[in-house]
Amino acid sequence: MAEHVTHEHDVLVIGAGGAGLRAAAEAAAAGVSVAVISKSLLGKAHTVMAEGGIAAALANVDDRDSWRVHFADTMRGGQYLNSWRMAELHAKEAPACVRELEAWGAVFDRTADGRILQRNFGGHRYPRLAHVGDRTGLEMIRTLQDHDIHLGMDVFMEYTVVALLKDGGRIAGAFGYDRERGRFHLFRAKAVILATGGIGRAYKITSNSWEYTGDGHALAYHAGASLMDMEFVQFHPTGMIWPPSVRGILVTEGVRGEGGVLRNKDGRRFMFDDIPAAYANQTSDTEEEGWRYTQGDKNARRPPELLTRDHVARCIRREVREGRGSPHGGVFLDIAWIKNRIPNAAEHIKKKLPSMYHQFKQLADIDITVEAMEVGPTTHYVMGGVRVDPDSQMSDVPGLFAAGECGAGLHGANRLGGNSLSDLLVFGKRAGQYAAGYARENSLGVIHSDEVAAAEKHALAPFERDGAEGPYAVQHALQDMMQDLVGIVRQEKEMLQALERIQEFKLRASRAGVSGHREYNPGWHTAIDLNNLLTVSEMVTRAALERKESRGAHFRDDFPAKDDKFGSCNIVIRKGPGGEMQIRREPIPEMPVELKQIIQEMK
Amino acid sequence: MSTATFRIWRGEKGAGKFQDYSTEVSSGMVVLDAVHRIQAEQANNLAVRWNCKAGKCGSCSAEINGMPKLMCMTRLNSLPLEQPVTIEPMKAFPHVRDLVTDVSWNYSVKKNIAKFTPRPPDAPDGTWRMAQKDADRVQEFRKCIECFLCQDVCHVLREHHMHEQFVGPRFLVYAAALEMNPLDQADRVPALRQQYGIGLCNITKCCTKVCPENITITDNAIIPLKERVVDRFFDPLTKLFRVFGAGSR
Ligand SMILES: Cc1cc2nc3c(=O)[nH]c(=O)nc-3n(C[C@H](O)[C@H](O)[C@H](O)COP(=O)(O)OP(=O)(O)OC[C@H]3O[C@@H](n4cnc5c(N)ncnc54)[C@H](O)[C@@H]3O)c2cc1C
Ligand code: SF4
Ligand code: SF4
Ligand code: FES
Repeated sequence: MAEHVTHEHDVLVIGAGGAGLRAAAEAAAAGVSVAVISKSLLGKAHTVMAEGGIAAALANVDDRDSWRVHFADTMRGGQYLNSWRMAELHAKEAPACVRELEAWGAVFDRTADGRILQRNFGGHRYPRLAHVGDRTGLEMIRTLQDHDIHLGMDVFMEYTVVALLKDGGRIAGAFGYDRERGRFHLFRAKAVILATGGIGRAYKITSNSWEYTGDGHALAYHAGASLMDMEFVQFHPTGMIWPPSVRGILVTEGVRGEGGVLRNKDGRRFMFDDIPAAYANQTSDTEEEGWRYTQGDKNARRPPELLTRDHVARCIRREVREGRGSPHGGVFLDIAWIKNRIPNAAEHIKKKLPSMYHQFKQLADIDITVEAMEVGPTTHYVMGGVRVDPDSQMSDVPGLFAAGECGAGLHGANRLGGNSLSDLLVFGKRAGQYAAGYARENSLGVIHSDEVAAAEKHALAPFERDGAEGPYAVQHALQDMMQDLVGIVRQEKEMLQALERIQEFKLRASRAGVSGHREYNPGWHTAIDLNNLLTVSEMVTRAALERKESRGAHFRDDFPAKDDKFGSCNIVIRKGPGGEMQIRREPIPEMPVELKQIIQEMK
Repeated sequence: MSTATFRIWRGEKGAGKFQDYSTEVSSGMVVLDAVHRIQAEQANNLAVRWNCKAGKCGSCSAEINGMPKLMCMTRLNSLPLEQPVTIEPMKAFPHVRDLVTDVSWNYSVKKNIAKFTPRPPDAPDGTWRMAQKDADRVQEFRKCIECFLCQDVCHVLREHHMHEQFVGPRFLVYAAALEMNPLDQADRVPALRQQYGIGLCNITKCCTKVCPENITITDNAIIPLKERVVDRFFDPLTKLFRVFGAGSR
C-alpha cells in the first residue's frame, strides 16, 4: 500500500455547496469536530451559480402565503411522489432558515418597507423567492462560507473522495486524494454527510459544471445505501443555445418571473396552447392577466410561462420538432417587450436581471433589453438521490447522511424553482444536527486496510493502462448517448439500447489511460469521475425503464399518460449481493389526514 | 471553422515554458473553450481551474495576452488571432501547475477580518429593516466572485510581495461590505490601518480596471474606508471628540 495521510473528525462533510456548508455550520455549532471536503475551492460549488432565489413562505409580499400553501405547491409540482414529511418540514422551516442567513450577513433585495423582497417563480402560487437580483446563489454560498470559517472547522479544498469506508454495516470514513499533490488521504469519522450535488455531466447539454459527475450518488450506492427517483432528471426549459460554445448555460426562470414571455418563430405565445388540467385554475387566460400577475396584481393568475419546468420544456421541444422553432433550434424568450408597458424598461431589466444582461451581452452579443433571447432545454437538476429518513437525513447505512441535490425525497417527480436553495438550508441543517448527534453516541469505526488498499488501487489504475483512448473521449461519447437515448422524451427501445451502450462504455473506461503525474492532473481526475458517471447513467436508465408511465420530468413516448399504479410508488435502487443493480418499486407511506386536507383545500 | 494558436504556460512550481497548441476555433468561442478542446484532444493533463463557464464562480482567472481576465468570459473574437494567444497563470500567487496557482493565502486573510456582527433585530420575529438604497451600496461589494484578479494586478502584492502587510483590494472590498452594512456593529477601522494595511494602497485603480464584476473597488470601497481611517486617526478634532465620548461611529 502506498502512503496516505490520516485525519480524524467526528463529522465529515463531503461537499461545500449550500447543503454541505449549512450542515457543517450546524454540526460545528453543536460542538463536535468537523471537516469539510470539496473538489473545488471554497465558494465555487454549484450553489454559487444559482440565480433566481430561495423559496420560503415569508409572506412579505403577499400575506396570503403560508407553509401550507408552499407545502401544497411543492407536492403538486412533484406530482405527489414527494416524501410528504420532507415537503412539510421544508415548508415549515424554510422561512427561519432564510432569516438566519440574514442574521449571518446576507443582504437580500428589499420591499418598500425594508423587509426581504420575494419574487414570482414557476409553480409557486405567491411571490415566494427571496433573492438578490439574479445572483442569489452567490449571496447564499458566500454568507455560509464567511460564517463557517469562524467556526473552527477544518476545510480541505480541492480534495476528492473516491470511496466510503465501512465497519460492518456502519460508516467509518472516506478515502480520497488532493488535487495539488495527488496524495491519498484517509478521513476517519463517526458520521459522514454526503452533500455532493448532482449528475448533470451525464448529459451533453447541461447547465452543470465538471463537478457534477454524481460522485455522492455513486459513493452511496457502492456503500450499500438505497437511492430513489433516479428517473427524474430536470431539464430546465431555458438554457442558452447560441453560440454553440455556450449551449446549456442557464437563463434563469427569473426572466419569466419578471414578465418575460416565450414565443415561437411566428411570434405566438405557444404556452397558452397547452395548459395542464391540474393548473388550469391557477393559470391566466389572457396575455393581459399574465402581465398583471408579474406586476404584482393579487387578483391575476400566473401566465403559462410560469407553469412547471417539465411542462414548459416539453412545449418548447414540441414547437421545435413541429418546425416552429427559432433559427438555432430553440424558441424566443423575450423580456425586451416590457418596454411597451413600463417606462425605463431597459434600466429595470438591468437592475432585476444584471447577470443575465451581462451573460448575453458578453457571450452572445445580444442586448436583452432590446432583442429576444434564443433558448432551449438544458439538463439542470436531478430529483433523485440517496434515500434518507425525512427527519434526520440518514441513509440506510448507519452514520451516512445525505443532504441537498444528492439526496432524494423533497421534490418527487419535479422540483419547483427556488426549492433547491431552501432544501439545502433546511435539510443541510438537519443533517448537521443529526450527524452531530450520531457522532456523540458512537465511537470511530474500525478501518479495514484491505478496503483502503482496494480504493487506492482502483484510483491509480488509469496510470497503469496504455489505452489509446483517453477518458475525455469516453466521457463525451457517454454524454452524447445519454442526451440522445435517455433525454427529455424516452422510450423502451432506446433505453435498452442505452443500457448496452453503457456496458460498452464501461469497457472503454476500464481501458482508458492517462499520462503525466499525479499532481493536479485533470486527465486522471476525469478518468476517476467517469466511473461515477457510468454508475449514475445506468441508474437513470434502469429507473426510467421501470417507470412505465409519464409523470413530472419523466416522459415516455410509449406510455404518454399517467398511471395510478405508479402514482403511489418510488423506484428504489440498490446494489445487489453479486454487484448487480437492483431495481424495485416501493409504496409511498400513507399521508396523514391533516396534510391530505391541506392538499384538498389548495386544489 | 479556422485554426488558432494558443501559447500556454506549462510546468510546475514556477519552472516551465510556453508550449504552442493549434486548435480549431469557431464563432462565439471563449478562451476557456479553446483550453478545454486542447485539454481533451492534445493535453489531457493540462491543469486549469473552472466551474461555471458563465463568469459566476471566479475560478478561471488567468493572464490572457498579459491581461488578467476570466477565461470563460473572454471571447476569441476580442483577441487578434493572427498571432498566438498567450495564456499564463496569475503572477501574484505561488505557482502550482500549468494555469493553476495557490490562492490559499486569500482564504487565510479573510479569516482575520472581523465577521459580520449585526445589531439586535428590529422586529420581534428576529428580522431587520433595511432600505433598498442602503442594500444597494453593500450589494455592489457582495457581487465579488473572488476571482482574485484584482489581487493579481495590485502592485503592492504582485511586485512588492507585501502579502504579510496588505490584504489587497479584494479584502478591502470585503471589509467595505461589512463596514457599510447598516446592520453591522463591529469596528474594523483600527485593523484597516494596522493589519489590513490600507495605507499601502496608493490609488492606482488597476484593481478596478480588471474587476470582471465591475465593482468600483477604488472609488466606492477603498477611498471611503481610507476616509474613515483618516477621520479616526488623523483628524485632531474627531480625535478630541472621541476622547470625550462623542465617537464618530
Ligand atoms: C445555473 C443554475 C442556477 C440555479 N438556480 C437555482 C435557483 O435560483 N434556485 C434554486 O433553488 N436552485 C437553483 N439551482 C439549483 C441549485 O443551485 C443546486 O441544486 C444546489 O446549489 C446544489 O447544492 P448542493 O449543496 O447540493 O451541491 P453543490 O453546491 O453543487 O455542492 C457540491 C459540493 O460537493 C463537492 N463534491 C462533489 N463530489 C465530491 C467528491 N467526490 N469529493 C469531495 N467533494 C465533492 C463539490 O466540490 C461541491 O463543493 C440552480 C442550478 C444551476 C446549475
Ligand atoms: S488602487 Fe490600491 S488596491 Fe487597487 S491596485 Fe492600486 S494600489 Fe492596489
Ligand atoms: S473585487 Fe472584482 S476582481 Fe477582485 S476578487 Fe472580487 S470580483 Fe474579482
Ligand atoms: S468558470 Fe466560473 S468564472 Fe469562469
